Amino acid sequence: MVNITRRKLIVSTGLIGGGVLIGYALAPFSTIERARKLATGDGGALLVTWVKITPDNIVTIIVPHSEMGQGVHTAMPMMLAEELDANWDLVRMEQAPADMAFANGALAKGFLSSGASFPKFLTGVTDFGARKIAEFMNLQITGGSTAVRYTGVFGLRHAGAAARWMLIQAAAKQWNVPASEITTKLSQLQHAASGLSASYGAMAPHAANFDPPANLPLKSPKDYTISGTPKQRFDIPSKVNGTAIYGVDVRLPGMMFAAITACPVFGGALKNFDATAVAKMRGVKSVHGVGGNAVAVIADNTWRAQQALRALPVAWDEGAGAAHNSASILAGMQAALDKADFDTDYDFGDTEAATGKAARVVEASYQVPYLAHATMEPMNCTAHFSSGKLEVWGGFQDGLGARARAAKVAGIPIEDVKLHHTAMGGGFGRRYTVDYLDQAVLLAKQVAYPVNLIWSREEDMRQDKYRNASIAKLRAGLDANGRPVSWQFDYTEKNGPPDASWIPYDIADRRARFVNGNDPIPFGPWRSVDNCHHAYFIESFVDELAFAAGSDPFKYRRDMLSGAPHHKAVLEAVAELSGWGAPLALGRARGISLKDSFGTIVAQVAEVSITPDGKTRVHNVWCAADPGEVINPDTFAAQMEGGIIYGLTAALYGEISIDRGRVVEQNFPDYEMVRQADAPAIMVKLVPSGRPTGGAGEPGTPPIAAAVANAVFSLTGKRIRSLPLRKHDLHVSVEQAKAKEIGSDSI
Amino acid sequence: MQFTVNGKIHDIDVEPDMPLLWVLRDALNLTGTKYGCGVGSCGACTVLIDGVAMRSCSVTADSVVGASVTTIESPTAPSALLHKVQQAWIAHQVPQCGYCQSGQIMAAVSLLSQNQPPTDADIDTAMSNICRCGTYGRIRAAIHSLSKA
Repeated sequence: MVNITRRKLIVSTGLIGGGVLIGYALAPFSTIERARKLATGDGGALLVTWVKITPDNIVTIIVPHSEMGQGVHTAMPMMLAEELDANWDLVRMEQAPADMAFANGALAKGFLSSGASFPKFLTGVTDFGARKIAEFMNLQITGGSTAVRYTGVFGLRHAGAAARWMLIQAAAKQWNVPASEITTKLSQLQHAASGLSASYGAMAPHAANFDPPANLPLKSPKDYTISGTPKQRFDIPSKVNGTAIYGVDVRLPGMMFAAITACPVFGGALKNFDATAVAKMRGVKSVHGVGGNAVAVIADNTWRAQQALRALPVAWDEGAGAAHNSASILAGMQAALDKADFDTDYDFGDTEAATGKAARVVEASYQVPYLAHATMEPMNCTAHFSSGKLEVWGGFQDGLGARARAAKVAGIPIEDVKLHHTAMGGGFGRRYTVDYLDQAVLLAKQVAYPVNLIWSREEDMRQDKYRNASIAKLRAGLDANGRPVSWQFDYTEKNGPPDASWIPYDIADRRARFVNGNDPIPFGPWRSVDNCHHAYFIESFVDELAFAAGSDPFKYRRDMLSGAPHHKAVLEAVAELSGWGAPLALGRARGISLKDSFGTIVAQVAEVSITPDGKTRVHNVWCAADPGEVINPDTFAAQMEGGIIYGLTAALYGEISIDRGRVVEQNFPDYEMVRQADAPAIMVKLVPSGRPTGGAGEPGTPPIAAAVANAVFSLTGKRIRSLPLRKHDLHVSVEQAKAKEIGSDSI
Repeated sequence: MQFTVNGKIHDIDVEPDMPLLWVLRDALNLTGTKYGCGVGSCGACTVLIDGVAMRSCSVTADSVVGASVTTIESPTAPSALLHKVQQAWIAHQVPQCGYCQSGQIMAAVSLLSQNQPPTDADIDTAMSNICRCGTYGRIRAAIHSLSKA
């Protein structure tokens, strides 16, 4: 019953319970074209988006991305429902299983009736090829703020338009009226002249016979009734009553629990352990070496496994990594920067000559430490290996990648791996790297029952893929009026995205360079990746330039944004929102910062004071953002709020330090978080410009550190060139506090 | 040992020093209460013991024998306050990842059952749970909305 009606669509009427299923293939970027050829070698297409319309008139939208609180499970269906003219109250969401996009048996079982054949080009590509394609297409990868931007814009909207078109054609034929006279609204088809009407659900079985043209027109945003309006998230009700199932909550018949510890020194190995020492402890089943560098205890509950693991005598071969500490790593980075063997991000004009001719040169060095992700739910994974087949349960930011990884670690074909997505108790980039899945699979292969492996908080903090440490050197030439005429930015460790070091300002002679490979600690993407520290480097340094020029930090930035009108608009919006320049309460000051990332431009103003014990207190944050187009404004605002708190925790408190090759911080008491009492009031204003849709999950994080540090400078005269802020003594004198009363430019 | 959880009596054989968190999660399969730190810092495991918010990871099993434990799964929390707090959490679209929210909600129930209406300072003191997604502003607004009602 499956028929490929066009290269871009796959339609099935063979649903259990009736209805129609439409799969829409993402098409035509050049990279995707390459990916498609890689996978298919023929004229076939790849599926990304599915919508199911059933006789009860329920529209179910199947989303190939993971929900980790950023609202994609709601925003993405909104985009499809909009083009479909669906009744939002009748829209449901399902997360695509990891094996759906490159469908195989699981697709046939789950979504099509038995006997459905599947297009040949979609089978047999689930190994390396599929992994590469998934990377190319952001197919199931949730991160890089890509879900709405790519899958949503290029897939879901077109799928909605195609489904609507098919329903109209079906109605035209059934009613024998011209298709052009049929209107759609709230999941109903209507023909005004004859008075005929039908629900989508009733018409769906007939719709599959129609073959939509390519490039159906999409709605104009001014006609939107769903997109751009605040919608309650689908995932929230289950998160207020304890019914949402996270990875740690997986419960299976016969399941046991495991606790694990890996060598605390990065690169070290497991030497030996004495299982007999804990064998008689209550509930303990067995002890296993895992992957050469870890040891796990399996018991009948989590606590007993943790207790036994603590009691287990273990010897490590720490290896060469034990020589590292924070100071030596920093020195290595400094040496690499001094050696100046750079790769180039961008290099326009002649920055050396422009700096040489400048009336004045400003230089500064900055540094940031390692940061842990510290998701509230520690890393975990449940695995069951039985009769040569593997099932895994957990939270993964890249479901397809996780499934491919599980197959590789288990040494079995990917078809024999079934992956179940659970809710994720935070991702922030950590759940891209699935080392915890490796461990669960290796453990499951050693026992006959399902194992729920849960890291302790300490293990989670010791074995993260950290935000890398980085140092930067910035240099700019100013003309006689204090305006920059050159920009030189050198830094260590480029982790992406490629444009993170870009500046929007009117400086023709500009250069950014980097040295890589000087970081011995495992690092990975951390909410906004390089943007978080680059925003701190760049926007603190721009503040230094403004100060050197004797200018107001807002006006200084604004006056060099003539080539970036959208940035200028966002900066002006945050100035207006915050009442920039108005007199402040005694002992308060403000700082401003601007950074675009993942297609969204964000400007923030932070208002701070210094506590009697010399610590930074952030009272208010104003945030203006241009995400191009907003799908779910409330979710977008929530992401800005959350991104600010995440970045603020890092700016105020965050530091993972290394001693003898291991992480010093172990748990929240020594890796502190912003809590309710420290959380600023946050005011968000969206200023969508209609540019292409930008991300939501990450862009709120980058600007905050510089906004706060610049406010601290304004208040205390102390320029904060390293984070976190808590390590700086910021006792503010009464005189300074009084001086602040007369305005923000006075220090 | 006998435990009263959400009004039901459970008779289970566990070590006296097993934290209540693991009794709930692994012995009673009440997984709505979360493990976050195990050291009483983050508050993800917050439950009510005789109506008062406590970090269940730091309360031993033997110490709650004879007490009444209320978790997020409770159908009938004190004065139906839990239900009201849950509704306010939905109205304010509080949760993001949601992992900490069982604990946040139980802390809010405890606060509101003892102190109506709470001031901002009361909220700062009572709501010490970590939310890594940064939902603090919405939590505060949700609590205030209940005070006004």
